[in-house]
Amino acid sequence: MTALRRSVELGLSLCRTCGLAVSRASLKVDRRCPRCQSRIEHRTPFSTEITLALLIAGIVFYIPANLLPVMHTSGLLGEADSTILGGILEFWRSGDWDIALLIFIASVAVPFTKFIAIGLLLLTVRNNSRWQQHQRTVLYRIVEFIGYWSMLDVIVVALTAALMQFQVLGAAEPRAGIAFFCAVVVVTMLSALSFDPRLIWDRPA
Amino acid sequence: MSAPPTPASEEELPTPAVQNRRWIPRLVWVVPIVAALIGISLLIRNLENAGPRITISFLSGEGVQVGKTLVKYRDVSVGRVSAVRLSADHQTVLVSADLSKDAASLLKADTQFWIVRPRIGVGTVSGLDTLLSGVYIGMKTGAATRRERQFVGLENPPALSHGPHGHELQLHAARAGSLAIGAPVYFRQFQVGHVIDENLLPDGSTRVTVFVEAPYDGFVKPVTRFWNVSGIDVRLGADGLNVQTESLAAVIAGGLAFDDGPIEAVPAADIPGDFTLYKNETEAMAPPDGDPRYIRMRFAQALRGLEPGAPVEFVGVNIGSVIAVDLGYARQDKSFPVIVTAKVYPRRMGQAYDALAAQGKTESEATLATFVGTLVHRGLRAQPRSASLLTGKLYIALDFLPASPRAAFDASIRPLELPTVNGTFQELEANIGRLVEKVNDLPLEQIVADLHTDLKDLHESLNELHTQVLPNAVDTLSALHRTLDSADRTLDVESPLQRSLTETLSESRNTLQAVRELADYLDRHPDALLRGRRPQKMPERPASLSSDARP
Repeated sequence: MTALRRSVELGLSLCRTCGLAVSRASLKVDRRCPRCQSRIEHRTPFSTEITLALLIAGIVFYIPANLLPVMHTSGLLGEADSTILGGILEFWRSGDWDIALLIFIASVAVPFTKFIAIGLLLLTVRNNSRWQQHQRTVLYRIVEFIGYWSMLDVIVVALTAALMQFQVLGAAEPRAGIAFFCAVVVVTMLSALSFDPRLIWDRPA
Repeated sequence: MSAPPTPASEEELPTPAVQNRRWIPRLVWVVPIVAALIGISLLIRNLENAGPRITISFLSGEGVQVGKTLVKYRDVSVGRVSAVRLSADHQTVLVSADLSKDAASLLKADTQFWIVRPRIGVGTVSGLDTLLSGVYIGMKTGAATRRERQFVGLENPPALSHGPHGHELQLHAARAGSLAIGAPVYFRQFQVGHVIDENLLPDGSTRVTVFVEAPYDGFVKPVTRFWNVSGIDVRLGADGLNVQTESLAAVIAGGLAFDDGPIEAVPAADIPGDFTLYKNETEAMAPPDGDPRYIRMRFAQALRGLEPGAPVEFVGVNIGSVIAVDLGYARQDKSFPVIVTAKVYPRRMGQAYDALAAQGKTESEATLATFVGTLVHRGLRAQPRSASLLTGKLYIALDFLPASPRAAFDASIRPLELPTVNGTFQELEANIGRLVEKVNDLPLEQIVADLHTDLKDLHESLNELHTQVLPNAVDTLSALHRTLDSADRTLDVESPLQRSLTETLSESRNTLQAVRELADYLDRHPDALLRGRRPQKMPERPASLSSDARP
């Protein structure tokens, strides 16, 4: 790995739009790609800051997403507000351990993994750590990939609320919690997107 | 490109450009700040909305579910059970509930909570919705000013949870009768309220709390009398059989009724909270009895059929009742007199009492005793009498029997002891006994035996008549029949005898006519007897006379 040379060492920057390699010296005059006129940044500017901000927003949103009820069901057997964790417990207790596990992974395990993973990436990049660079890159890809699977919960609630409308017999309505959960998913996805994985490989100057 | 000039130029050039751009990407920090603001606002709102957490203790937590069971006030959810646990001594179930903020003002020291379960009573079916939805905790706010967070739940729902406006009244009675909570209260057979509570007071009497609904509570006045209408009132009076009941529900669940009592000069404007509950309408409508006086009587005869509660009548007016029938022992003559204690209400004597009161005879017990003494001198005696031949029940009659032997009366004894005479029913009994004896003495068996022989003889005679006399009679009758038959034939128009008789008669008639003509002729011509008949000379003679031709 160390045998491979970096663009910094070569004094080159890459246009991410058309793939043109531009000498970094010329960029000091004009930051635009000579070929496609796209803006050329050596590294995404403020990547870690934006990622951190969005990560914190995600974590903040995650608290009401879990505390507030996501769905309100009413019917002949009474009415109930269910939270995400409450729903998982209910499924688990009634014997549907598979569904419980699925919801748990989609709405608890995945967001948490993302928080931890992005947090870890940010921390290591900030310290210019050279620890497990390859694995951290894989971790980043995983975070990017699993991001949208968290929308499972949102879709379940949306479908249930749309389908279960039998007036007195039974009705389901979404509650505020699911909006926060949706915000968690979106914000963490944006957070992961704004992270520049090239930072993992940067060396301190 | 040489390395050394690069860092130098980098430091010089990008500085203004980077500065320019630096705060725009930092706008992204708005996102977590907004998220935090939303979170904090939610938290604040939650804290603001968070109502009080109360703890209610129940004997049983049947059906109560954490997070599901609601607390309802006027059927609107105001809270939710947040925890159910056992008390430290394991005697009660502590149910914690989070109430909404606006329900906090309902929490008074005397706010009541109870678990609503399906309940089917006589008057009502309630809580049926809980069959499907599970139980909920009902709530009724109180009137106290003190706030409270710890409550003791009721095991039975109060019948009136949050009713309309009206008056709550306390009725006092020695016994409540068969009243159920929720039993109706009637005013002239309209239901105007219901029983909401029953209590046994420490002194053993009962207190019934009733609620009279708003437009009707105006009927409750200071003179109002309440009475029990439980069951069916069957009365056999002089006007026939009288069956009365307020409603079918009252028959089963019991009920109360009220109406204006006898008007008295009680102009009190306020409705008193407490009333007396009477046993029945008659008792309720009776003028007030006043204080009872106790009297005692010793009877030297068995008084089977005299029971506590039997009426005591003074000159036919019910003035009290027997309260005890005891057996005493008289040492002097080693007898067992029956000691009857009765309470009498002098006020029931009505106008007589008023008259006596005017004379000051009822002022104290002593004056009354003296007055009774004079009455005894005039022949006042207590006498057991038969109230009904059918049941053999007795009552005590206080009557003037001047013929009775003189009796001593000690006005100083308390309770007053009235002299007695034996009941008439014993003489009656003796008479009936004698009658029965006489009937017994009759030689019934002899009579029956004789009668039997006589009947046998009669039977034999009849038998004889049947076998011997009757056939002869039949023969005789048939002979008679034949005789009559021939007589009939003889007398028939067609019979020869009849015809010859007719001819004979017609012959004799002709003969007689001829004789008459002759006589006529001789009358007109007497000479003809001598000269014989002359030829007809006078044609002018009427034809009728001359028409007859001589055959």
